[in-house]
Amino acid sequence: MDHPPVAPLPKTPTGIEGFDEITGGGLPTGRPSLVCGSAGCGKTLFAISFLVHGAARFDEPGVFMSFEESPDELAQNVASLGFDLPGLIQKKKLAFDHVRVEKNEIEETGDYDLEGLFIRLGYAIDSIGAKRVVLDTIESLFSGLTNQGILRAELRRLLRWLKDKGVTAVITGERGEGTLTRHGLEEYVSDAVILLDHRVIEEISTRRLRIVKYRGSAHGTNEYPFLIDEEGIAVLPVTALSLNHAVSPERISTGIARLDTMLGGKGYYRGTTVLVSGTAGSGKTSVSAHFVDAACRRGERAMMFLFEESPAQVTRNMKSIGIDLQQWVDRGLLELQAARPSTFGLEMHLSRMHRAVERFKPKVVVLDPVSSLLSVAPSGDVHGTMTRLVDYLKSAGITALLTNLTRGKSEVESTDVAISSIVDTWLLVVALESNGERNRGLYVLKARGMSHSNQIREFILTDHGIDLIDVYAGAGGVLTGSARLSQEAEERAKGLVEEQELERRQRALARLKTAFDAELAALQARFETEQADLLSGISQHQARVARVGEDRRTMARNRRADAANGDERSKPRDDVGVKER
Amino acid sequence: METAEAFPGATGPATDDGKGQVLRLYIAGQTPRSIAAFANLKRICEEHLAGRYRIEVIDLVQNPQLAAGDQILAVPTLVRRLPEPVRKIIGDLSDADRVLVGLDIRSAV
Repeated sequence: MDHPPVAPLPKTPTGIEGFDEITGGGLPTGRPSLVCGSAGCGKTLFAISFLVHGAARFDEPGVFMSFEESPDELAQNVASLGFDLPGLIQKKKLAFDHVRVEKNEIEETGDYDLEGLFIRLGYAIDSIGAKRVVLDTIESLFSGLTNQGILRAELRRLLRWLKDKGVTAVITGERGEGTLTRHGLEEYVSDAVILLDHRVIEEISTRRLRIVKYRGSAHGTNEYPFLIDEEGIAVLPVTALSLNHAVSPERISTGIARLDTMLGGKGYYRGTTVLVSGTAGSGKTSVSAHFVDAACRRGERAMMFLFEESPAQVTRNMKSIGIDLQQWVDRGLLELQAARPSTFGLEMHLSRMHRAVERFKPKVVVLDPVSSLLSVAPSGDVHGTMTRLVDYLKSAGITALLTNLTRGKSEVESTDVAISSIVDTWLLVVALESNGERNRGLYVLKARGMSHSNQIREFILTDHGIDLIDVYAGAGGVLTGSARLSQEAEERAKGLVEEQELERRQRALARLKTAFDAELAALQARFETEQADLLSGISQHQARVARVGEDRRTMARNRRADAANGDERSKPRDDVGVKER
Repeated sequence: METAEAFPGATGPATDDGKGQVLRLYIAGQTPRSIAAFANLKRICEEHLAGRYRIEVIDLVQNPQLAAGDQILAVPTLVRRLPEPVRKIIGDLSDADRVLVGLDIRSAV
C-alpha cells in the first residue's frame, strides 16, 4: 500500500512503571500485543495492570476476557495491589467475561466457527465502550477444542477483527519449548511481542522483561529486570542511563568536623557517591549515621537501606554514640528500610530501592552494607548492577554513601574492585593492631575533584560520636591507642628531664659568672693597691733624686767648683736614668 | 427464550413430564451453516425423540448477552440443558451418530 508519510505509531500507555519509558510510550494503539512467558512470570498481572491503569488513569475502559481465572479469583488476587476490580466493573470502566472451555462437555460434529466468542467479546466491548482488551490466555482454546485448523483460522480472524475494532489488545501466551508460545501465537500477533522471564539463578529468583519485537518503533533490546511487589509490577529501565548527569559544586558535611577538614575542609560533593570500606566492627555504620544525621540537621530527607541490622537496632546503637536518629524518623526526615539480602535477588533489591527513593525523594541515601547485597548477585553481574544503581542515584542528584565490609587485611582492596571505580570518594577504616590491642584508623583513599588529606587519623567512637585525632607519627612509627598515649607520656617525661637539665646548667652558668665577677673584683683591688704602691714609690724616688741633685749643687756652690762642664755632663745622665725607670 | 421465526417448528412438544430433552441451538445469524444445523437437528429429533423434545433457537446476533450464560464460543452450538448433565455439541450436526452419542441417546459404538 502506498501511503503518504504517516505520523509515528501512536502508543497507548500501560501505566506500568518503567515499561512506558523503555517502549517510548507504551503498547501500539489499536493493535494487539503478545505478552508471553512461562507459568508464574506475571503475564496476567501485566495484563490486568494494563487494563486497570487504563480505566483508572487514562479514561480508557477495558475488557478482560479470562480463559483461566474467574473474575472473583482475579479480583482477589489483585486486591492486595490496590486494584478495586468490582468497583471498576460497577462504574462500567471494566467488563469481565470468563470463558470456560470444558473438553469433556463438548462434542464436535461437523463444521463450526468461533463467532460466539466474537459476539461475546464484541458485546462486552460495546457495553462499556472499551478501548483496551485483554485475552488471558487464549491458548486454553487449544486444549478445549480439537479442530486445530478451525481454531487457527479463527484466531487469525480474531486478531484482525480486534484491529478493525481499533482496540489496544494484550494477548497472553504460555511459553513453549523453543518457541515463544506453546501454540505459536506469535505467528498471529505481529506488532509487539513482550517476553517475560522468571528464572532462578543460584537459588535467587530474578524477573526479566524483553521486548522481542515492536514493529514500527525503536525499543531497547536489553533484558530489563522487573519486579512484582505490593505496589504492582515495575520495570527498571535504569540501563538506559548515561554518564551525563549534571554535577554540583556544592559541598555537604560528612557530619564529622574533622573528616570535613580531611576532605578539603568542606566534606563530600553533593550528588556523588562515597564508599566507606572497613572490616567488621570498624565503625562504618557510625560514619554513615553521622552523615545522615548531618543531612537531617540541614532539613534534608535521608534514607538508609539496612541489610544486616533492623532499624530499631541501628537507632539504639547509634544512640549509644550520641546520635539520635529516632528524632529524624519521627519528624519524617529519615526512613530506615531493612531487608535481608537473601530475601530477594539483587535486581529486586535494586528495584525496591529505586521505588523507595522515587517515593520518599531523599537527598541522601545510605546502603549499609553494600557488600552483603553483592553476595546475592550472580558473579559477574555485580559491577553492572551497581553501576546502574549509582548512575540512577547520581542522575537524581542524590548523595550516596555505601559501606563495604571487607574481610581481611589482604582483601581490603580487592573486594572493593567491583565498585571502587564508580565511587567518587573512598574512605577506608582500618584496624591497626599492635601491643595486643586493636585501634581504628581512617584515611581518605580517593576523593575525586578535591584536595584531601593524605594522613591517617585515629578514629575513636565516643559517647558523643566519632572523634578523629592525629595519630602519633614520630621516630617510633605510627602509634595509636594506648601506645600513642604511652608514647606521648614518655615524651612528656623526657621533656621534663631536659627542662631540669637546662635549668641546672643555667644555674651553673650563673654561679660561674658570680665567681668570675668576684675574682675579677679581687684582681682589680690588687691591681689598684699595687698601682698605688708603685706610684707612691716612684714619686718618693723622684723626690729623693731631686733632693740629691740639689744637695750636690749646693755643695758645688759651696766649694766653688769650676768644673761646670763636668757637672753639666753628669747631670743629664742622672736625669735620663730616673726618667727611664 | 426467543425462538427464531425463520425456523418453523422450532418448538417441539412440551416436556413438562421431565423425561424429554430441552435442546437449545445457538446460532449467529442465518448462515447456511445455521440452517444446515437446524435441519440436521430437527431430523435427528424427529427420528429418535419424537414427542419428547423441545428445541429453542437463539440467535446471538440478536441476543449477544445470552452467549456468556451457556459459555458459547463456537457456533452453531447445541446445548442440552435437560436432563443433567449439560452437554454441548458444536458444529453443523452433520454426523447424526455423534449427535446421538453427544445427547446420550445412543452410546458410542
